[in-house]
Amino acid sequence: MTDLLQGFLSGSAAWGVLLTLAAFALGTLLNKATGKAIFNPLLLGSIFVIILLSVLNIPYADYKASAAPVNYLLLPATISLAIPLYEKWDLLKENAAAIIAGISVGTLVSLGSALALALALDLTREQYATLLPKSVTTAISMDVAAELGGIAALTGAIVILTGIAGNLLAEVVCKIFHITDPIAKGVGIGTSAHAVGTSKALQMGEVEGAMSGLSIAVAGVLTAVLCPFFVGFIQ
Amino acid sequence: MTCILFCIFLFSRAKGGILTNYLFQFARILAFCFLGEICHAVLPLPIPASIYGLLLLLAALRFGIVKLEQVKEVGLFLTGIFPLLFVPAAAGVMELWAEMGEMLLPIVIAIIPVTVLVLVSAGRTTQALTSRRAAKKEAEHD
Repeated sequence: MTDLLQGFLSGSAAWGVLLTLAAFALGTLLNKATGKAIFNPLLLGSIFVIILLSVLNIPYADYKASAAPVNYLLLPATISLAIPLYEKWDLLKENAAAIIAGISVGTLVSLGSALALALALDLTREQYATLLPKSVTTAISMDVAAELGGIAALTGAIVILTGIAGNLLAEVVCKIFHITDPIAKGVGIGTSAHAVGTSKALQMGEVEGAMSGLSIAVAGVLTAVLCPFFVGFIQ
Repeated sequence: MTCILFCIFLFSRAKGGILTNYLFQFARILAFCFLGEICHAVLPLPIPASIYGLLLLLAALRFGIVKLEQVKEVGLFLTGIFPLLFVPAAAGVMELWAEMGEMLLPIVIAIIPVTVLVLVSAGRTTQALTSRRAAKKEAEHD
């Protein structure tokens, strides 16, 4: 029975996208019904997909191949972050120094924390290089990790989980730590949780979304530049 | 050749509904993806195609090469479905349980407390500087 199903699904072009949409829709419904931030559509959707694949014993590679059209849209979607940014250009120009300073401090704290973690827990250089670029978009972090001798696939997973954590916690953290300025919220979210966090920032407001999108780019480039320097601290 | 003609057509200033319809909006955004990929292949910097594409589209909008209404609806649709687009990649975590188990503690610390710390440090820094600016501006007005 499972063989038959697997054989059929590996030849079907539609099911991966359909499963993705269905899992996400179910997650959205649960989110609406409960109104709780922890019932996050992305988190729930991913869990549903994992559960279904595990229960039916379908290899992840088959799902990934069939859901490729969803993945394909990530590049044009990331580039489209230029649009909210363009619409908030004046605000960006006016606060350029504060924004750049915020992103730089956040990036240094991120890299510094990885270093502190490596020293405190006595991590190997490979583990350290895997963790170091974890706050920035997968496209940059996986390349950086591979370059520095980390495990790129593991970095990819940690990056996604970091994004989900940022997405889930963004509103609560902003409230607890009295981050009320929309520009500051966007910078914090984009610097700490890249595009997955930005998807939350876009829901919080136009300014938050635009600033978060900008922070992905700036924090990503800064991290790529600083990582080779930081990795030298652990032999 | 066809590609070049098509690009000229895409970025021509010709009036008419067809140039702003969804299909051509998407084509325009894809053209910037392609440009980003070219930059990534040609330039020796550790910057991915998506970041080049984002900056190029922003520059094109700023310099009026692309008008906002020529990309706006499809672009905002794409940014609107952002969380959905991460589901396949996030489900990929299921393949890496074993590797993650080996360094569970550092991973958990890196994912939750460190993310909060980075969010707060970046956010508070920006907030402190923007509010100081605002206060200064107000003082000038008085």
